[in-house]
Amino acid sequence: MLEIKDLYASAGTKEILKGISLKVNPGEIHAIMGPNGSGKSTLAQVLAGHPAFEVTRGQVLFEGQNLLDLQPEERAQAGIFLAFQYPVELPGITNAYFLRAAYNEMRKARGQEEVDPMDFLDLLEEKLKVVDWGPEIMQRPVNAGFSGGEKKRNEILQLAVLEPKLAILDETDSGLDIDALRTVAEGVNRLRHPDKAFIIITHYQRLLNYIVPDYVHVLSSGRVVMSGGKDLALELEAKGYEWVDAQAEALAR
Amino acid sequence: MSGVFLKDFENFASTATADSPDWLEPIRRTAMDRFARTGFPTARDEEWRFTPLAPIVRRSWRAAAGANEDLTPAQVDPFVFGHPEWCRLVFVNGEHVPGLSFAGSLPDGVIATSLSEVLRNGGDLLQRHFARYARIEENPFTALNTALFRDGGLVHVPAGVDLSLPINLVFLTTREADGTVIHPRNLIVVERNARASVIESYVTLAPGARYWTNPVTEVWTGANTWVEHTRIQRESEAAYHVATTQAEVSRDSHYRSFSMAMGAALARHNLNARLADQYAEALLYGLYITHGEQLVDNHTVLYHDHPNGHSWEVYKGILDGRSRAVFNGKVLVKPEAQKTDAKQTNRNLVLSDFAKVDTKPQLEIFADDVKCTHGATVGQLDEVALFYARSRGLAAEEARRLLTYAFAAEVIEEVALAPVRTELNRLLLERLDEVK
Ligand SMILES: Nc1ncnc2c1ncn2[C@@H]1O[C@H](COP(=O)(O)OP(=O)(O)OP(=O)(O)O)[C@@H](O)[C@H]1O
Ligand SMILES: [Mg+2]
Repeated sequence: MLEIKDLYASAGTKEILKGISLKVNPGEIHAIMGPNGSGKSTLAQVLAGHPAFEVTRGQVLFEGQNLLDLQPEERAQAGIFLAFQYPVELPGITNAYFLRAAYNEMRKARGQEEVDPMDFLDLLEEKLKVVDWGPEIMQRPVNAGFSGGEKKRNEILQLAVLEPKLAILDETDSGLDIDALRTVAEGVNRLRHPDKAFIIITHYQRLLNYIVPDYVHVLSSGRVVMSGGKDLALELEAKGYEWVDAQAEALAR
Repeated sequence: MSGVFLKDFENFASTATADSPDWLEPIRRTAMDRFARTGFPTARDEEWRFTPLAPIVRRSWRAAAGANEDLTPAQVDPFVFGHPEWCRLVFVNGEHVPGLSFAGSLPDGVIATSLSEVLRNGGDLLQRHFARYARIEENPFTALNTALFRDGGLVHVPAGVDLSLPINLVFLTTREADGTVIHPRNLIVVERNARASVIESYVTLAPGARYWTNPVTEVWTGANTWVEHTRIQRESEAAYHVATTQAEVSRDSHYRSFSMAMGAALARHNLNARLADQYAEALLYGLYITHGEQLVDNHTVLYHDHPNGHSWEVYKGILDGRSRAVFNGKVLVKPEAQKTDAKQTNRNLVLSDFAKVDTKPQLEIFADDVKCTHGATVGQLDEVALFYARSRGLAAEEARRLLTYAFAAEVIEEVALAPVRTELNRLLLERLDEVK
């Protein structure tokens, strides 16, 4: 589904990603961990097409097509969704309007007809259950004045409505209380499907108790320094990133 | 150039006196004398520094044509703001046209009529309020209007009446307006404990016509009133529009204004609100959307004359092309106006590298126990927000349009009456589609 080959990316003169390779197959869940500033969000944003980053080397294939040639909206329409680490506030645009506009873009891309506001409401009712929310939230402006946890939940609601093939969750668990964490994790688990894949960026083993990954990768200074199964996350929690750095150094030698 | 107007005035004075009450004649003459003495403002005048009046001053303008053409309601409908059942007074090229107007179902005692009608039939309401608030000394354009006005709207809401549907004053121009000047004059009087909503629209059937509209609107409110005053300026983009609105807000009263400007080659709106007693409140909202070579100038003045006044002002602009916007927000707090609370914001979204904004707050505060703040911004669309919208599948153009809409919609949200808000939203969307 997704194949990242030796990816280098920088912001301005600062090189952030330094040769990342990763392969994600349909149905898989990959967790990406790593210390602050290691490049996790950058990787996610590069995949989504953020204009602040320039890819200087490497390739990304998504379902066989060259992802890096696509505009951000074309990537979304192709089935990539990024749940932002810091969801953006859009004052003046209601959640309902925004979600429906996005949903209709997806439908248009798939050659389907747009849905009118009434039909969309029916669909929403179902999707709101995923995040355990009432309909009131839909009349509020997108993320404006939302609490940190509400913003994360809203990202999951968008995810549920847009039904991407590949969802990238950038620290969606940060700032969530234990109940919200469970709601979000259950939401993700409900959306699991043999045709769909997830990349979950997190600092905490906690989330991975609920969403069990097939693979865990550790990023450090813009490189994948370690990959393994779900137990790697546990080991990481026990031993800390110093252990990773030591391993990485050993590898470099 | 003021000579032309003097001649107009003499012609006009000799023909129109039959329709005019005695008390008005000296007021008109004083106003004309005043204008003859001062002439138009010049570029040296601080109040007009950014707004070149040459295109108005250098031309000679014929007196307004009036409504010679027969227009059908169907022709007018697309340009009339709001719902068909709202009371509307339609003026074509400055003249009231009863056939295009519609009384609606106004509560008992409410008057919505034309000034020409009132001048013919008398009544002392006009005399009691006319030219008491919009002073000829303050502005040559007001003097000129006072001397030469022929028609306009008069709205009177008696004490205790709740006007649930808005009254619509529509000033429409046709191709015959080309080369003429129109001086609409409006008076809105809302007596104590009453609620009212009035909409003033300046629209055209002739998008290329070059004319000049010079309206003056006076608003007086009694104690404990609630007034929503909406103004929509969608003149021909070759036209000039220089307007003054003067509102007097009494004790415990709430005056809210929403002023939308999208038309004219050059548009200037002086909006002055006086908190004329304690616990008065004025909320001034504005939205201007410009493109091409348009210039839109909003000058507002809030007079905090008494203690415990509250004012809140938000003006927003969206500029494209080589257009220009001027915003000047003056807040004058008298020494006795303690516990004044005034906040002013002007935010501009600049969509082109060639558009330009001159924005200036002007706080003159002579009381010590007050809270006055102001802020102005000029910026572009937020790149992060754009990326966020695009990452959800919205094409770049669509994302831009949506964020631009949202920027403007935030201020339209402040319009209290839902049907008015909905209509303004519709206008906004229409305009953004045109610009695209
Ligand atoms: N637009 C940018 N311009 C310059 N430097 C940037 C930019 N974006 C990120 N960086 C830098 O790149 C590095 C990686 O940042 P990134 O946000 O990818 O880290 P992260 O692994 O997601 O960290 P965290 O765990 O704190 O979220 C950091 O040093 C950061 O300061
Ligand atoms: Mg991050």
